[in-house]
Amino acid sequence: MEEYLKLFVASAITNNFVLTQFLGLCIFFGVSKNLNASIGMGMAVTSVMTLSSLLAWAAYNFILEPLGLQPLMLITFVVLIASLVQLLEMIIKKHAPALYNMWGIYLVLIATNCIVIAVPITNVELHSNFLTSLVLALGSGVGFALALILMASLREKLQYADVPKSLQGLGISFILAGMLALSFFGFSGMITL
Amino acid sequence: MKNLWDIFYKGLFDQNPIFRLALSLCPALAVTSNVTNALAMGLSVMFVITANNVVVSIFRRWVNPKVRVPVYITSIATIVTVLILTLQAYLPDLYKELYLYLNLIVVFAIILARAEVFAAKNPVIPSFFDGLGMGAGFAGAMVFIGIIREIFGNGSIMGVNILGTSYDPALIMILPPGGFIVIGLMIASFNLIGEYQDKLKAAKQGSDA
Repeated sequence: MEEYLKLFVASAITNNFVLTQFLGLCIFFGVSKNLNASIGMGMAVTSVMTLSSLLAWAAYNFILEPLGLQPLMLITFVVLIASLVQLLEMIIKKHAPALYNMWGIYLVLIATNCIVIAVPITNVELHSNFLTSLVLALGSGVGFALALILMASLREKLQYADVPKSLQGLGISFILAGMLALSFFGFSGMITL
Repeated sequence: MKNLWDIFYKGLFDQNPIFRLALSLCPALAVTSNVTNALAMGLSVMFVITANNVVVSIFRRWVNPKVRVPVYITSIATIVTVLILTLQAYLPDLYKELYLYLNLIVVFAIILARAEVFAAKNPVIPSFFDGLGMGAGFAGAMVFIGIIREIFGNGSIMGVNILGTSYDPALIMILPPGGFIVIGLMIASFNLIGEYQDKLKAAKQGSDA
């Protein structure tokens, strides 16, 4: 139990994918202009990431490894995740239109996002079993959502600040993200993955 | 010939993938803490983007527009796998260090964007130069960021000490937070230069009229 808790905290905070490994930055800077959108996106990424890393785990351990096809890992994962996202989109559109209106646009963005494909690859690298891959995916998703929501709240405040013209937009957001990364850096060394 | 040069050249500055289009930022931060890694990553991306542009361009007549994105992604994934296996065989140290980010080349927006915007509509040779130019712009930007971060964070370039032993390195530059701050300042300076050029242009037009 303790081991899983450690892994969860490590993947959510000390090894936060966005702020210490720079993954998912496109979404991080694109969506964090708006707090509500960030919350939706955080939840969408967490659920897609969990589902896709379990699927990828099964594909790797039951198909690729027994057949000695490890070099095909990347192609398999990419195709799996892209089709999973497409399938999810269709199911949600049909059965939960309200949810689709909230999340639909984010789902398309997630399909080709580095953070979603990084988690299954990390799992292969760590030789995770079923439970550890589940915990790693959940932790990384929560970490991503946390970073996104914190950033969105900061950027909403930024609207009232007097920023020099050339720094406006992406420039100041990067510096802000640097400050946020600095505060997450305070946790490093506490737990290592 | 002039056209091909223009196609190549626009990727270097006007449409620089990192500074102008702000695409594929993840690797620009993650592997630029030293120049060697930045250069290796830049060249890898350059190879993938050029090869993929050529493949997409050759097959552009036979790919149904409805399924084009999955086709492009599969082609990119295949090329990246070839690249990874080659690096694993010949440069194992580099492979170990860049492992995760090499895999992630698959989802770099810039590669898919070039396939979709350029290679799907143009013949093979211009597509090749477009890929080469975009790749070179990307690699150049990566090395540029790498040089700044390594020189301030470690006092060296490609592991060779330059600033001497009396320099006290600013460690933050090679740590993750420094990456964000450096890129933020770089984007700001690019904007500043762009504004200055616009002003010059406006002044010139004013005097012409």
